[in-house]
Amino acid sequence: MIEPEFQQAACAETVRPEHLLRPGNTNCGGCGMSVALQMFHRATGDTKVQLVIPACCAAVAAGGFPFTAYGAPLLMSTFASAAAVATGMSQVARLNGDDIRVVCWAGDGGTYDIGLASLSAAAERNEDILFVCYDNEIYGNTGGQRSSATPMGAGTSNTPAGKTEPKKDILGIMAAHRIPYAATVSLAHPEDARRKMRRAIEERGFRFLLILTPCPTGWKSEPAMGIELVRLAVQSGLFPVVEVEHGARWTVNVEPDFSRSALERYVSMQRRFRKSTTAAESLSRQAELRWQELLIRARSNPSAVSFE
Amino acid sequence: MKTQMISGNHAAALAAVMAGNANRVGRGFCSGVYPITPSTECMEFLCQQSIQKGHVVRVESEHSAMGVCIGGSASGARTFTTTGGNGLIYMAENAAVAALLRLPIVMAVANRTIGPPWNIWTDHNDSLMLRDTGWIQIYCGDNQEVLDSVLMAFRVAEDRRVLLPVMVCQEGFILSHTMMPIAIPDQEQVDRFLPCLDLPHRLVDSPRTLGSFDTSHMTEVHRMQHHDTMGAVREVYAEIQTRFEEVFGRRPPDPVIPYRTEDAEVLIVAMGTISETVNRVVDRARSRGLRVGSVRVAMFRPFPSDLLRRAFSGVTRIAVVDRNISLGFGGVLWGEARGVAEPGAIVQNYVAGIGGGDVRPEHIEAMLTDLCDRKAAEEPVFMGVGE
Repeated sequence: MIEPEFQQAACAETVRPEHLLRPGNTNCGGCGMSVALQMFHRATGDTKVQLVIPACCAAVAAGGFPFTAYGAPLLMSTFASAAAVATGMSQVARLNGDDIRVVCWAGDGGTYDIGLASLSAAAERNEDILFVCYDNEIYGNTGGQRSSATPMGAGTSNTPAGKTEPKKDILGIMAAHRIPYAATVSLAHPEDARRKMRRAIEERGFRFLLILTPCPTGWKSEPAMGIELVRLAVQSGLFPVVEVEHGARWTVNVEPDFSRSALERYVSMQRRFRKSTTAAESLSRQAELRWQELLIRARSNPSAVSFE
Repeated sequence: MKTQMISGNHAAALAAVMAGNANRVGRGFCSGVYPITPSTECMEFLCQQSIQKGHVVRVESEHSAMGVCIGGSASGARTFTTTGGNGLIYMAENAAVAALLRLPIVMAVANRTIGPPWNIWTDHNDSLMLRDTGWIQIYCGDNQEVLDSVLMAFRVAEDRRVLLPVMVCQEGFILSHTMMPIAIPDQEQVDRFLPCLDLPHRLVDSPRTLGSFDTSHMTEVHRMQHHDTMGAVREVYAEIQTRFEEVFGRRPPDPVIPYRTEDAEVLIVAMGTISETVNRVVDRARSRGLRVGSVRVAMFRPFPSDLLRRAFSGVTRIAVVDRNISLGFGGVLWGEARGVAEPGAIVQNYVAGIGGGDVRPEHIEAMLTDLCDRKAAEEPVFMGVGE
């Protein structure tokens, strides 16, 4: 795999008095979303944010009234409404010249599924919002049901024999809205992650980040192996690490080696794939198709593949 | 103050625009809107106006329209939207959230029957479906009331003692599309009437979660507080009515509006525009010597039980006309009003005007005859069905 060299620069200075996700939250051990929030906090620590979180694990993480595990103001929206609620907040902030950025922090259900209509509409209007999807490929806090982000072959509580449909290409959908900035973020590549988070928080207009966040509870994987799983997903081509400007300029940030052994390790480390004998095969085929499309898109871009 | 010939939709939008302008020295105005007959013209008018320090977001659904209002209101802006019928029930989830978050959002509802069968005409079933969500509900009788009630709604909703959303309902087409000459206030008057919104729980910089999780016993506390606040609405409303009168020189509608009830033995109770027809029938019946009066319920939530109880005192026969039906029960207003009638009174329900069916004086006359001939109240009677 050709990837950016790690230079210990993922940890930025932060002026935010509180950690974004404070101790005492209810996330499971090894929760990828917790890691993503910590990275996001470090990457954007000099910026005031207001969060909108729809129903998802991140909402539960806040804890019960009158306490909050979040170190920033937060509005918990209905499941389908994160982007719509954020629109109201961001428009009023603009009218008043408030120095804040409105950030939606949503799971895959609130992004790919029930939240898609309001997300698409806010993107089409190019609202000044950063929408972050932490994708754990499952309805986590309802006990692990399939979403349209669940990969083919993965067993969930309502697809016990393994999901029969492939994962939806949400980045492609968002890019088709021609929004200023859309990117996928790998937790195993913190410098690339930090750069993208910074760019996404600074850019104006609609920005979209997709972060693959392992869910040990739903994926039935070792809590300590989350970052390694992301690394394998990137290496095998399952999770492309790319960015898109205005839906037109596609850049591949980490080039996978499509290693079959990485894919097999990825599958074997998660008991959610245990019921499916063809999971590795079908995932590999989809990754291949996906990359054919991606390379066509990236080749039409003069700076096709860049490693920063 | 000038007089203009405008529709109910136009009146609601005009009031919202002036209320929005009045908050220009505050956090401004924000609205999310989505078209649905018969409320469309209200949002169109809103989108054609320039509102100082205001923004109207053209969203992709009613659900998101309320979502934008929730976000805008939580950020301290004055917020307004409009819808009706299936649009309102599609919005229902976020509408409930707006109330439970104690956000002072104002919504003009152009009442439309719930489809299918698809029908754009009016009845009250859409807004009554949201009866229990914790919104204040006002049902208007004419276009002047629509304009006045929207202005009143902002002031009541934003009062620190209230902080609840308000629905201002008007029957689709009957008011929403009918032009009437009404008095339009000047912006300067509205500025005097509506102080800037200062939302105590608005999102600022410090960590705070709006809409967090609750344990069972805390939810009980929050519901009780919400209900207690509903109980305080009437007092605030009365105070603001007086203030309204001082500024605009006319009195906005009372929660319950009696007509010729002084010595009445028979009463006809209704909501919205049907009451105007009822009053004409009351006049005719009075001229025949019948001691009959009418009562219009203009504020449905909080339910004005005490005022109705007073109106019902000494009355032996009551007809409750419902332009709605709780299927498997009967009229919603009837269900609530019969609870405050005197023991032994005959409280008979008449369901009329569903799906925009015309409710004519002869229907009301027939109700009156039926009511006076009764020995006891029975199952709800459907009037003028299929005519």
